[in-house]
Amino acid sequence: MRLFGHRVTILAMLGMAVIIINLVAAIGAPWIAPWDQAEIVGDAWGDPDADHVYVPLMGLDNLGRDLFSRLIYGARMSIGLSFIITCLSFAIGITTGFTAAVLKGWVDTALSRLVDLLLSMPTLIFAFIILSVLGTELPVLIVTIAILDSTKVFRLSRALAMNLAALEYVEVARVRGEGLWWVIRKEILPNAMAPLIAEFGLRFSFAFLFIAALSFLGLGIQPPDADWGSMVRDYRDMINLDSTAPLYPAGAIALLTIGVNFVVDWMLAIHSRSHGDG
Amino acid sequence: MTDIAGKSGRRAGGDILRVTDLRVEVRTDRGPGPVLVDNVSFDLKRGAVLGLIGESGAGKSTIGLTTLGYTRGGCYITGGALNFEGKDIRQMSGAERRALRGPGVAYIAQSAAASFNPSHTLMQQVCEIPVRHGIMSEDDASKEAVKLFRELELPNPDTFGNRYPHQVSGGQLQRAMAAMAMAARPDILVFDEPTTALDVTTQVEVLASFRKLIREHGTAAIYITHDLAVVAQIADHIMVLRHGKMVEYGTSDQILQDPRQDYTRRLVADRVAGHSFRADLNTGEAPILAVQNVVASYRSLAKVIDGVSVEVRKGDTVAVVGESGSGKSTLARVIIGLLPRQSGDILFQGQSLPPALANRSKDQLRRIQMIYQMPDVALNPNQTLLEIIGRPVQFYFGRSNAEVRTRVLELLRMMDLPEAFISRKPGELSGGQKQRVGIARALAAEPDLIICDEVTSALDQLVGEEILRLLKRLQDELGLAYLFITHDLGTVKRIANKVAVMLKGKLVAGGETSRVFAPPYHPYTELLLSSVPEMRSDWLDQVLTGRAKTIAAVKAAQIQVPG
Repeated sequence: MRLFGHRVTILAMLGMAVIIINLVAAIGAPWIAPWDQAEIVGDAWGDPDADHVYVPLMGLDNLGRDLFSRLIYGARMSIGLSFIITCLSFAIGITTGFTAAVLKGWVDTALSRLVDLLLSMPTLIFAFIILSVLGTELPVLIVTIAILDSTKVFRLSRALAMNLAALEYVEVARVRGEGLWWVIRKEILPNAMAPLIAEFGLRFSFAFLFIAALSFLGLGIQPPDADWGSMVRDYRDMINLDSTAPLYPAGAIALLTIGVNFVVDWMLAIHSRSHGDG
Repeated sequence: MTDIAGKSGRRAGGDILRVTDLRVEVRTDRGPGPVLVDNVSFDLKRGAVLGLIGESGAGKSTIGLTTLGYTRGGCYITGGALNFEGKDIRQMSGAERRALRGPGVAYIAQSAAASFNPSHTLMQQVCEIPVRHGIMSEDDASKEAVKLFRELELPNPDTFGNRYPHQVSGGQLQRAMAAMAMAARPDILVFDEPTTALDVTTQVEVLASFRKLIREHGTAAIYITHDLAVVAQIADHIMVLRHGKMVEYGTSDQILQDPRQDYTRRLVADRVAGHSFRADLNTGEAPILAVQNVVASYRSLAKVIDGVSVEVRKGDTVAVVGESGSGKSTLARVIIGLLPRQSGDILFQGQSLPPALANRSKDQLRRIQMIYQMPDVALNPNQTLLEIIGRPVQFYFGRSNAEVRTRVLELLRMMDLPEAFISRKPGELSGGQKQRVGIARALAAEPDLIICDEVTSALDQLVGEEILRLLKRLQDELGLAYLFITHDLGTVKRIANKVAVMLKGKLVAGGETSRVFAPPYHPYTELLLSSVPEMRSDWLDQVLTGRAKTIAAVKAAQIQVPG
């Protein structure tokens, strides 16, 4: 099989399959899931009431909600949120990183030191403090993680742009008298796309794990919205009672992360190959 | 089948390498790719030197590498045999090939700087091969290495090996690489463009040491280069290659004096003839560009350009020549404003140009355009030719999309490029075509002056020739002025009316080309001129005899010779 003119490895195909299944689940949650994520359909850890004819695949949870339905809705929340956060962090990171690389001088120094400052603090603890102070509303969560994540995007895009800005076609544009925005958008960005897209996949999985971690700690997505991280937290004690309930959301987190990484590895392998090959 | 006999005094013997019907192909996921080498055969006797010559893509490096039983990624030897001392290299096992590389065949690459590990001393790297192959003990290997350093005329041969690669000059590093290749006493040395990246004056020295090394050890060698004049100094036989096929094969003298094939004739003729592209001088007018006593430096205190003055008139061509580190490219950067000058003045059309790019007006920027050395990095690979050439038209003149398109088509026609190229990207063009696009982009701004920074040095000889002709035609049609930055004196003699010779940031000679390049020379000019390889096999011997005197004269003129 080939995609965009490149041969797809078996691992990349597996990864793509995982991503597609998750995307379908996320987008089609209301139609695929047998019940709503917050709907109580029976006793805790029990069977559904008589008026619910469907046989639950994974049983009911601690409040009597269908675990399978919550897993599907959880995909929606986790993936959607990670996607929005990664997009935002890339918008911030690329703009600042490219600006620093092209303008150099004090702009570069100021931005780089600010990023160093943010990077010097453990991300999780930093997010913890901010979310505890500002509250755990979704917009706060999104902006906080996006800004923290953008520091890594900044460093990558600055390094990429540093190399590209030294090339003569960028010099030609500057000597022509083009403005900063034109140089960034037309001369640098198109030539930095390949590594940035690969990095996007990687950062997506990190954002996704980060939300899961925050939710697990109770600072991420708030009930009754389902999310894989908080599901692991809610069900974790059941592992002692011979129940597989916490394994489903934990497995889903692991599967999607691995799947995304397979695809990212494949993209990086293509990118690192010299032009025109395979 | 042809036969190579060693010159007198070499170790006599039979064939050390016999290559028959060699074929190398590229294979991709999509199936078979282009054929890189097709049906090439030659014999190499012990002690003989074979020169492989051709332009880029001729397959000469690929052939060189196959003698080591190696091909670049994606390439495969698909036919023929490489018989090394009676054993086919193609049939060898991995272990046998490892044993072959070093003691059997050794390789000297173009870029020594990229071939040495920067974190080991030169001695460690030179001794590695014989020690790893169990040929010598570490002590013996070091002694041998010092001997080789001495033979190669490296400075302080006893302590030279203690240095790291970045602590020696480019020419010395290239020689150290020859020592590394020679360390395990190979039967065949493969030289792959070993002097191409060096300055002309350094090239002479390195070439002389290589020749001495080969002759003294009686080693067979394959010498790969694009420069016929260089290979003539060292090879007994020359094979001319084109598109992976053999064009002509013969002794060096026969190829140079009596080439039988049309292609070889063109290669020889271009360097010998030297037809003039020079413009008519029209003095009297005020210069459009006047660089006056300019001083510039990068962050360090050392002046990269120190008190340089150059004038260019309308329709005139002025060349700035010098070796790497002479400050000639920096001069171009100062003129276009990328590096602000520290003192002195630059007058353009009689008005002083602001030192920094940011302070220059759009019109000032438009009137001086630049063409670069490497067309690959001078064109954005993600833009079509319409965008690349059209942008200056739109930016400086604010034309509509339709007008831009018309203008781009007109420029493509002027460059002798097909109009259909308008939607292509640089990756789909050849080197010469890319350089034409670079010229079209410069012309799109309708400039008065074009700075040409080594515009032909990254191109094949015949392609570079065409570019020069095109530039000349454009000068006649449009009355452009050129400032040529180059290290190639052969080009300068033919295209420039005036020349400025730079050495270590200073102007050492200047004036009309015919006067600067005629006796009495400035000693440095003489050194440069004598270092340009000529198309005769006894050139190197002649140059070496007169050289010591010239270098002494340059030193006496209180100027340090680089390298």
